[in-house]
Amino acid sequence: MITERDTEHIAQLADIAIHREELASFTSRFNEILEYFDLLDQVGMAEESGERAYNIFREDEVVPSLSQEEALSNTTGPEDGFFRAPRVM
Amino acid sequence: MPGRTVSFHPDDRYAAFLRTIPEAPFGEGRLAGVPVAVKDNISTAGIETTCASRILEGYVPPFDATVVERLKRAGAAIVGKTNMDEFGMGTTTENSAFWPTLNPADPSRVPGGSSGGSAAAVAAGLVPLALGTDTGGSIRCPAAFCGIVGLKPTYGRVSRYGLIAYANSLEQIGPMAKTVTDASLLMEVIAGHDPRDSTSRDCPYHHTPDPEIRGLRIGVPEEFFGEGVDARVASVVWDAISLLERKGAEVITCRMPSMAYALAAYYVTCTSEASSNLARFDGVRYGPPADTKKPWHEAFQERRREGFGEEVRRRIMLGTFALSSGYYGKYYAKAQAARNNVRADFERLFCDVDVLAGPTMPTVAFRFGEKSDPLSMYLSDILTVPANLAGVPAISVPCGKVEGLPVGLQVMGRWMEDERVVDVAYAFEQGRSA
Repeated sequence: MITERDTEHIAQLADIAIHREELASFTSRFNEILEYFDLLDQVGMAEESGERAYNIFREDEVVPSLSQEEALSNTTGPEDGFFRAPRVM
Repeated sequence: MPGRTVSFHPDDRYAAFLRTIPEAPFGEGRLAGVPVAVKDNISTAGIETTCASRILEGYVPPFDATVVERLKRAGAAIVGKTNMDEFGMGTTTENSAFWPTLNPADPSRVPGGSSGGSAAAVAAGLVPLALGTDTGGSIRCPAAFCGIVGLKPTYGRVSRYGLIAYANSLEQIGPMAKTVTDASLLMEVIAGHDPRDSTSRDCPYHHTPDPEIRGLRIGVPEEFFGEGVDARVASVVWDAISLLERKGAEVITCRMPSMAYALAAYYVTCTSEASSNLARFDGVRYGPPADTKKPWHEAFQERRREGFGEEVRRRIMLGTFALSSGYYGKYYAKAQAARNNVRADFERLFCDVDVLAGPTMPTVAFRFGEKSDPLSMYLSDILTVPANLAGVPAISVPCGKVEGLPVGLQVMGRWMEDERVVDVAYAFEQGRSA
């Protein structure tokens, strides 16, 4: 069972604000879903399939990419050719 | 000849499109002048692309997805972007931040999702071809609910470059059309290797559907007719399988025990991947801006709360939780073990049969608002998620009706045997119309 406090903490980790009035409903939905996920407790970890993912490498060659203008085309109020972001410090 | 356009002013009474291109340019090629609709999570240079989310409102990609480049190279006219569940998260298209799409077969019902706009546009006859994307059934579900054909290709067969990612390890772009032949033609145009997608395989698709299925072994897993599957839907699908048997196929019932955990494995995996993928939407590079006067986290959190719908926030948070310290082993690691079991089940079954068949969806299209609690909506994906977990191809072809509402027959094949599932669907389509 997760609590409303846990939900607040998860929202914080996910960087999504959650309002007080939403907490009860989100928490109760989470608990219903997580209870269903508990089915996975019955899955053994030793069972493995033969097919595994593998890396596909390529040469690190310079190819044309987006221009600076294109890269900035969807941002609001770029400054001196850079993105403007909220302050970190 | 450059400079030609298709005039596109559809009577979009089912709200299939988020935006249309009134004069859509087209070129020379196999699809010269053919109007094609594109789901709104696929990047189209110069055409707003929002994933049906407020957080991407106003975003105009500066580049085309590889599939869009291929469509243009084949001469197609991109006539519009279709509605969807926000970021592909839903089974009804009700989770669009803009408006719901109606099912042309019965406008009081949902078209399915998440590619509901593409399915409705094809079913209503507004376009002959559309692109959808399928993470856990998002092409096949709306194809089944709207009575059209939808193919989820083998993972890696169609480039995902330019697809705005939701769950990278599961999703594929695929064709939607009224007939198997048309879906196959669209697949031929979009498939093939792309160095810009490192999961892309060098396996082009050049195929003309062949209805000859004598000697084909069709496996029917009992679990596909288990709890939750409407008896009337099951009966229509069994009739379809019998038709294939009369055309010379051998039908073998089998078991797929991993189905018991497949849905939980799917939802843990896709929400985990979504929590990482959707971290990029912060109002800095695209979409409505974050308040740059506020501290980073505060501005970021507020922007994301306002920009994402409830289901998207729920899935991001679920995935964040499943990956968090102390829970990773219980959820994500177990889900990957369950996913391996699904793959192993497919591999074992495909030693004895050539394809697997069953219903695409457990029921016919829902009424609006019928699946208001998230878990009950998730449960309706039970028959489509196994193919995504294993990366194998799967097609949905209309096979009959229950009380006037379309039912889809789902055919799943071996890895990279997209041609075979297309052939089986074609054999059914031809046999049914004979």
